[in-house]
Amino acid sequence: MSTFTVNGKTHRFDGDPQTPLLWYLRDVSRLTGTKYGCGMSLCGTCTVHLDGEPVRSCVTPVSQAEGKAVTTIEAMSEDAVGRRVQQAWLDLGVAQCGYCQAGQIMSATALLRDNPAPDDEQINQAMSGNICRCGTYARIRQAIHRAAATQEDEA
Amino acid sequence: MNTPVDDLLLANVSRRHFLKGLAAGSALVLAARWDLALGEEEKEYGADAMPHGWVDDPNVFIRIDADGTVTVTNHRAEMGQGIRTSLVMVAADELGADWDRVRVEQAPADQEKYGNQNTDGSRSMRHWFAPIRRAGAAARMMLERAAAERWGVPASECHARVHAVVHAASGRELGFGDLAAAARELSVPPRERLELKPQSEWRYIGEDAGPAYDVKRGSVVRPKAIDGEDIVTGQAVYGADVAFEDMLYAVVARPPVYGAMLRSVDDGEALKVPGVLRTVEIDGTGQPAGFKPLGGVAVVAENTWAAIQGRKALKIDWNLESAGDNAAYDSKAYRKQLQQTARAPGKVIRDEGDIESALADAAERVSATYYMPHMAQAPMEPPVAVARIVNGRAEVWAPVQNPGATRSGVAKRLGLEPEDVTVNVTLLGGGFGRKSKPDFAQEAASLTKAFDGRPVRVQWTRDDDLHHTYFHAVSVDRLEAGLDADGRALGWRHRTLSPSIGSLFAPDPEHIAPFELGQGFNTMPFDIPAIRLENPEAPAHVRIGWFRSVYNLPHAFAIQSFAAELAEAAGRDHRDYLLELLGPSREIDPRTFGDQWNYGENPERYPIDIGRMRAVIEKATAEAGWGRDLPKGRGLGLAVHNSFVSYTAVVFDVELGDGGGLIIHSADIAFDCGPQVNPERIRAQLEGACVMGIGIAMQSEITFSEGRVQQDNFHQYLVPRIDRAPRETRVHLINPDSEAAIGGVGEPGLPPVAPALCNAIHAATGRRIRRLPVGDQLSA
Ligand code: FES
Ligand code: FES
Repeated sequence: MSTFTVNGKTHRFDGDPQTPLLWYLRDVSRLTGTKYGCGMSLCGTCTVHLDGEPVRSCVTPVSQAEGKAVTTIEAMSEDAVGRRVQQAWLDLGVAQCGYCQAGQIMSATALLRDNPAPDDEQINQAMSGNICRCGTYARIRQAIHRAAATQEDEA
Repeated sequence: MNTPVDDLLLANVSRRHFLKGLAAGSALVLAARWDLALGEEEKEYGADAMPHGWVDDPNVFIRIDADGTVTVTNHRAEMGQGIRTSLVMVAADELGADWDRVRVEQAPADQEKYGNQNTDGSRSMRHWFAPIRRAGAAARMMLERAAAERWGVPASECHARVHAVVHAASGRELGFGDLAAAARELSVPPRERLELKPQSEWRYIGEDAGPAYDVKRGSVVRPKAIDGEDIVTGQAVYGADVAFEDMLYAVVARPPVYGAMLRSVDDGEALKVPGVLRTVEIDGTGQPAGFKPLGGVAVVAENTWAAIQGRKALKIDWNLESAGDNAAYDSKAYRKQLQQTARAPGKVIRDEGDIESALADAAERVSATYYMPHMAQAPMEPPVAVARIVNGRAEVWAPVQNPGATRSGVAKRLGLEPEDVTVNVTLLGGGFGRKSKPDFAQEAASLTKAFDGRPVRVQWTRDDDLHHTYFHAVSVDRLEAGLDADGRALGWRHRTLSPSIGSLFAPDPEHIAPFELGQGFNTMPFDIPAIRLENPEAPAHVRIGWFRSVYNLPHAFAIQSFAAELAEAAGRDHRDYLLELLGPSREIDPRTFGDQWNYGENPERYPIDIGRMRAVIEKATAEAGWGRDLPKGRGLGLAVHNSFVSYTAVVFDVELGDGGGLIIHSADIAFDCGPQVNPERIRAQLEGACVMGIGIAMQSEITFSEGRVQQDNFHQYLVPRIDRAPRETRVHLINPDSEAAIGGVGEPGLPPVAPALCNAIHAATGRRIRRLPVGDQLSA
């Protein structure tokens, strides 16, 4: 039995503790905002926050979440930085198909928490684990800058 | 051809030419319907020539509720191109609807009702702008007539404004919701009596829709993207997000080689994996595969993870004999084979002037051979589908570009009539041509049948996707030219070799089909006295299928690289030389090149327009500062290509960094697709194509050894990450007079990217890239 919270609610899972968090979230909890893209920590579509840190849920066994707080895209609107990132994404029309964007937003939010005003180089560094096959990278960079700027405005 | 011709085939090839003598019967049946509405010669082109053609009935596409909510049904697949926003803008604009009160409903597969739904070939706007506009206008006129009857005034005095009909003389006004019920009872105005809004009254068409914020204007703009909020909050529903309480989860072990079959399976260990319920054999279908599943063994479990673990524990004996020589397929050896074949003449496609003497008499002869490997589309959402059977009726949820072929394929697989199959089209997490082929939906259908109709989801893992996609055709292009003493090209010989998508549906033709030649090969527009184009044979050993912009990719890469090589040999500026090769502005009927296809469009409405080609070159080079002084190790590269009846030129500014890494400073992309409904989404498509094209140039390659794909995931099949994107990407949209016919958008941005980048690499480093991807060639 593994016990942890997802978006503030307590979850208990008595299945195989080696089950990756991704499949627990998607298939068991039916929180489908977190996406599968590679299953090998190569694409970032499955990014969630574990105690606030971005992790690839496809390679994070449920056992590793024991006693911790999992946050997914579904709760990002309630997060001050997360909401600003989402708004910047909308403002700049970042998404094309949108499939990668939950992961992109989770990574961008984590980046901005650590570094409120990243430059392009730092953005490239922090976001290079997130593939977007539609190629929305130029706008992702702009949107992160925009989210950083609105953050400053409100500070 | 034994394969029954279905929608897919009709939709993706030139009906008039590919089908002549193959399936003339079905073509005629379809054509008959359009004879009623259209003139004889018109029906051969555009939306008229597509299976099930077009529909412009407002009652099919537009519903207005009593509360005023307008629901527009979108029948084209959304895969990131923004059609759910852009096509709805067209309807809403003609209707006079307030964008904030417009909803979108996604149509299930039903081409009898909605017209053609096959979302590929960059056709949605070019085929549907007019019908959807008419549907919107008809609905508006019905609302106006309903108001006129209510008020007892002539309809000509009633005008729809924003979401209401107004009678100016009396100052009366009624909302759309108040009029909806009455309007619904009215007859649809005949097509010839429709009053379309003049362009000056458009509120949405031509506006940037999508982003809520306009950086340049510094203001909030409308209309908002339809799915924007759902995407950023994780609520948008893709294929893999459809779920049912009692749903089962499956992954499939498929034959490792195209054409191999299951001999036997030992599932003992697999069944011991907790959560695994059963294994099911899926019938293999041999070659040609069409859209039928490859077959294999499905592991069905309580969740996806258990199914994946169970599959690892299967012990399968594959029968490779049925695969024939596919089991020996080696892509390296195949490259050499094609290069060898390219030395001898092949099937003649175009022959103008006397090529032999043009080459023999030349002051200088230049030749080069180019190679582009197999690639996988690799949409971020791998193929996935959910199916169930209730009371003998099948229902499917899947991210498919081609709902019609999905429906007919599933029906056939289950022995049902298409009417007994519902295909619900979810959002697509990327398509790029992969999801034009709905084999995965048929897998789900077979599995739900094995479980007496219980819902089953089939999830393709990334390695499934890379191992078993319908691959982009590998290609060799050999070019030879003769220049006179002034560097002018006198003769041009081009041999193109690649397996044909035709091999997917019929015995391998070993030559590419007219609709593949027409993708930038026989339509090569250079103004050269002697031109000879040949297509030697190239057999297929894997499933070959559409990949965004398809055969334009190798043709543009070879032709645009070679043009730069000729400029260099002539000691000329590449842009000036390219403009000279193109010759003066003129319109060329593609039929004069032997291209009867022209992307299915009327060659008179859509000629090859050299003026537009020149204009995109001039725009892109001007914006990029072509000719400016650059430090050593830095250079600009250019390429142009017309495809999907649109025109694109790209200029890259690149620099070789320390350690051999390539820095892409900027990309300037000039694009002309005629009138633009949603310029903002067009720019987004061009930005995305630029990134994908950089991947094609630099990193993406699928290789085969013993018939098996050697790349398992994104650590081996490389696609661009954010650090590969140009530091700056500038898209310049050229908007000629609105009289021009609408062109494609999703695909035409891609073909010139790789050659422009390789030409820039040459300008920066002196190294000429003839084999893609660049890989480590710069540090070698
Ligand atoms: S699915 Fe987890 S990183 Fe790709
Ligand atoms: S928006 Fe489609 S993969 Fe990123």
